[in-house]
Amino acid sequence: MVDRVNADLLAAPAQLLPAREQMALTLMFHIVFVPFGIALPTMMLIANYKGLKRNDTVALTLARRWSHAAGLTFAVGAASGTVLSFEMGLLWPGLTGRFGEVFGLPFAIEGVLFFLEAILVAIYIYGWRRLKPWTHFWLGLPIPFVAIGGAFSIISANAWMNMPAGFTIDANGQVTNVDPIAAIFNDALPYEFAHFLVAAYMAAAFTVASIYVVGWLKGRRDRYHRLGILIPLTIATVLVPVQFVVGDLTAVAVFKDQPAKFAAMEVVTESGTHQPEVLFGRYDSATNTVVGGVSIPGLNSWLAGGSVDTYVPGLDQVPPENRPSNVTIVHWAFDIMVGIGTLLMLLSLWFGIAYWRKRDVPDNRVFLWFAASAGVLTYIAVEAGWIVTEVGRQPWIVYNIMRTEEAVTNTDAGTLWISFSLIALLYLTLAIGTITVLRAMSRRWRQSDQTDDDLAVYGPRPAVADSEVTP
Amino acid sequence: MNTAIAVAGVMMLALTLYACTGIADYGAGFWDLTAGGRDRGRLPRSLIDNAVTPVWEANHVWLIYVLVVCWTGFGSTFASVMSTLYIPLALALLGIVLRAAGFAMSKDAARARMRHLAGWLFGIGSFLTPFCLGTAVGAVLTGRIPVGNAAGDEITSWLNPSSILVGLLTVAIGAYVSAVYLLAEAHRHGTAALHGYFRLRARAAGVAGLLLGIGVLIALYADERQMADRVVQRGWPLLLLSLALLAGSFWLATGVRVWLMRLVAAGGIAALVWAWAVAQYPYLLPFSLTVQDGAADPATLRWLLIWFVAALVLVVPALTLLFWLDQRGELGEDPATSRPEPVEPEPVETETIR
Ligand code: HDD
Ligand code: HEM
Ligand code: HEM
Repeated sequence: MVDRVNADLLAAPAQLLPAREQMALTLMFHIVFVPFGIALPTMMLIANYKGLKRNDTVALTLARRWSHAAGLTFAVGAASGTVLSFEMGLLWPGLTGRFGEVFGLPFAIEGVLFFLEAILVAIYIYGWRRLKPWTHFWLGLPIPFVAIGGAFSIISANAWMNMPAGFTIDANGQVTNVDPIAAIFNDALPYEFAHFLVAAYMAAAFTVASIYVVGWLKGRRDRYHRLGILIPLTIATVLVPVQFVVGDLTAVAVFKDQPAKFAAMEVVTESGTHQPEVLFGRYDSATNTVVGGVSIPGLNSWLAGGSVDTYVPGLDQVPPENRPSNVTIVHWAFDIMVGIGTLLMLLSLWFGIAYWRKRDVPDNRVFLWFAASAGVLTYIAVEAGWIVTEVGRQPWIVYNIMRTEEAVTNTDAGTLWISFSLIALLYLTLAIGTITVLRAMSRRWRQSDQTDDDLAVYGPRPAVADSEVTP
Repeated sequence: MNTAIAVAGVMMLALTLYACTGIADYGAGFWDLTAGGRDRGRLPRSLIDNAVTPVWEANHVWLIYVLVVCWTGFGSTFASVMSTLYIPLALALLGIVLRAAGFAMSKDAARARMRHLAGWLFGIGSFLTPFCLGTAVGAVLTGRIPVGNAAGDEITSWLNPSSILVGLLTVAIGAYVSAVYLLAEAHRHGTAALHGYFRLRARAAGVAGLLLGIGVLIALYADERQMADRVVQRGWPLLLLSLALLAGSFWLATGVRVWLMRLVAAGGIAALVWAWAVAQYPYLLPFSLTVQDGAADPATLRWLLIWFVAALVLVVPALTLLFWLDQRGELGEDPATSRPEPVEPEPVETETIR
C-alpha cells in the first residue's frame, strides 16, 4: 500500500504531508464532539420534558446528567473547533486567501450560531438549581435548533469544497462575480447535510444507549438504566432506516457530481456497464487494477443507476495526477461505513421487533452486547464517511478548481512536523483527560444514587441548598 | 460609509469585545497561577473559578468571530498574517487547548493531584495565549507582515522588542481588567477578605500596563517611526482617554462601585484597542495593503453586514439574559452533578489576606 500511492506527494511541497496529517487529526478529533453538541441537547430536553410532565425524578436526573456531560463535551468541542478556525489560515492560506470571500460566509453564520448555543447551554446547565422548572425547560428548547443551524452552515462550507459554486474565474485567474448565497446552497449541500445530520443523531444516540447497556449488562437493571437505554435507542432505531435511504441517495448523487470520488470509493478501474461491486481488496495505482476482494457482479452499476446497464466511468478516465492519492483508503472507508450501516440496520430491526412484542429492553445477551458496541461502531462509520468525503476529493481542495498543494502554507515543513507532533500529544492527553473525567463523573453519580435514591432534581432553592451538597 | 470599512469596523468591534472579556479570562487564569500554595490560594481560586465558569465559552467566541470575518472579508490579509506568524499563532493555539484541557479537567477531576495539574495547564495557557496574540498584533503594527503566503520572516516578525512588548502589554491588560472584575465579584459575593487582595493586584497590573505601554511607544519610535508618529498624532485623544479611565478605575476601586468600576476599566482597554485601529487606518497591513484593496467582493461584504445585524438581534438578548441571570445569582454550579465541594467562596471572613 505504501509503494506507489504517495507518488504525487513526492512531487508536492514537503509541507503538504504534515499539513494534511495535522488537518486530518484535528478534524477527526473535533468530529467526535460534534454529534454530542448537536444531538445530546435534544435527548436531554426529551428527558426533561418527560420528567416534568410525569413528575418523574428518574427522567429528570437523566436530563440533568446529560446536560452536564453536554457541557463538558461542548467545552472540548469548542476548543478543538477554535483550533480548526486557526488552521484554515495556518495550514491553508492559499484556500482562505483566495476563496475566503466565496465560502467564508457560512463560517461567519456558524460562529454566531455556536455563540448562541454556548450562551443557551450555559444558561441551561447552570440554571438547574435556581431557575423555575418550566422556565428552565423553555430556555433550553431553542438549543437543538440552533445546533442544527450551525451544522447546516459548516456542512455547507464543506459541501462547497466538493461542489464549488457562486463565483467565476476570469481570464487572469481572478475570482469574480462572487455570490455567497449561491455558494451556500451548492449542489452537494442537500445530500451532505441530510446524511450528516442523521449520522450525528445516530452517533450520539447509540453512544448514550451503549453506556447504559453496559451498566445493564453489569446487572444494574433499574428504571434509571431502562430509561437511559430506551430514550436514545428509540431515536436511533427510527433513524437507521432513514439513513439507509439517505446514504443511498448520497452515493447516487456523488456518482453524478463527483465521478472520480465515486470511482475511488467503489474501486471502479475500467469504465463500462455491468460494473461489479468489489468488497475490500487492494488497489494498485501503478497498473490501475484491484487485487483481492470479493466481487459481486453487476451490483455497482445497479446501485448507481438502477440497472446493470448503467455506465460507470472508472479511474482510467481520470488522468493519473488527478486520481485520489489513496484509493485503497477511500474504498475501505466506504465499505466499512456501509458495512456498519448494514449491521446497525439489523440491530434496529431486532430492537424494533423485540420492543414491539415486550415493551422492554430485550433480555438477550447477544442483543445487549451488540447494543453495547453500537456507539463505537457508529463513530467508526462517521469517521469512515468523512475519510470518504475528504480523502476521496484529493488531490483537490476545491473540486476541479484548486489543488491541495496550491493551498498549503509555505511555512517550513520542519515547523509543521513539530506543531503536528505537539498537537497530537496534546490531543492525546485531552482525550485521556476527558474520558477520565467522564468516568469519574459517572462513578460519582453511581455513589450518590446509592446514598439518596430519589434526589430532588429541581431546587432545592438556595435556602435548603446546603443539605444537598453532601455527597 | 463604505462596506469594506464597515466590515473592518465590525471586526475591530469584535476584537474590542474579546480584549475586554476573553483576554480578561486569561488574566483570571494568570491570577489563578500566581495565587500561591494550595491553602493560601484557596479563597481567591474559588472566587476565580466561580466568576469564570458560567460565562467561560461565551467570551472566547469573539476571537473565532474575528478570524472568520477576517478570512471572509479580508482573505489575503488573513492568509498573510496566519502564514507568516505560524509560530506564535500555533503557540497561542496550544495555550487555548491547554487551558481548555485544564479547565475541563479541573471541573470534575476526582483526585487532588490531577486537579493540581489541571490548574497548572490552565495557568500556563493563560499566559501563553495572550502573550502570543499580542506579539502577533505587534508584528502587524510594525509592518512586518508582507502580503503573501509566509512572505515575511517567521521569527523576527514577532520576536523583536516592539512585538514582545506588545505581547507583555496584552498579558498586563488581561491581568488588570480581570483583577478589577474579580474585585467586583468579591464585593458581590461579600468576600470582604478579598477586597484588598484584588485591589492591590488591579493597581499593580494597571501600573505595569502603563509602563509597558510607554515601553511600546519608545520601542516603536526606534523601530517603525512612521507608525509611532501615527499612534501619537492620531491616537492621542484615545490614549489620553485610556489613561484617564485607568486612573478613574483606581479611584473607583477604593469604594468598590461594582458596575461603574468594571465599565470604566473595560472602556480604558477599548480606547487602547481603538488607538491601534486609528493609527493603522487605512491599512490592514501597514504599509502595503489598505482596507479597500484587501477587501472581498462587495456581495460578500454586504452579506457579512446583513448577518452582523441579524447576529446582534439574536445574540444580544441571549447574552443579556445570561449576564442578567448570572448577576442575579440565578446561575451556579449544579451540586448534584458536579464535584462535591463548596461552590461559592465562604462568605465574609474577617482576616484579610495578601
Ligand atoms: C452513522 C454513520 C453513517 C452511516 C451508517 C452511513 N454513513 Fe455515509 N457518511 C457518514 C456517516 C454514515 C458521514 C460521516 O456523516 C459522511 C461524511 C460526510 C458527510 O456528509 O457524511 C458520510 C459520507 C458519505 C458519502 C460521501 C459524500 C460526499 O463525499 O459528498 C457517501 C457516498 C455515503 N456516505 C454513502 C453511504 C451509504 C451508501 C451508506 C449505507 C447505508 C452510508 N453512507 C451509511
Ligand atoms: C466543514 C467541514 C470541513 C471542512 C471545511 C474541511 C476542510 C478540510 C481541508 C481544508 C482539508 C485539507 C485539504 C485537503 O486535504 O483537501 C481537509 C482534509 C481532511 N479532512 Fe476535512 N473538512 C471538514 C470536515 C471534515 C471532518 C468532519 C473530517 C473527519 C472526521 C474531515 C477529515 C479530513 C481528512 C481525513 C483530511 C485529510 C485528507 C487528505 O489529506 O488526504 N474533514 N479538510
Ligand atoms: C474546518 C472545519 C471546521 C471548523 C473551522 C469548525 C469550527 C468550530 C468552532 C470554532 C467551534 C467552536 C464554536 C463555539 O464554541 O462557539 C466549533 C464547534 C462545533 N462544531 Fe465545528 N468546525 C469545523 C468542522 C465541523 C463539522 C464538520 C461539524 C459538523 C456538523 C461541526 C460542528 C460543530 C458543532 C456542533 C460545534 C459545537 C461544539 C460542540 O458541540 O462540540 N464542526 N467548530
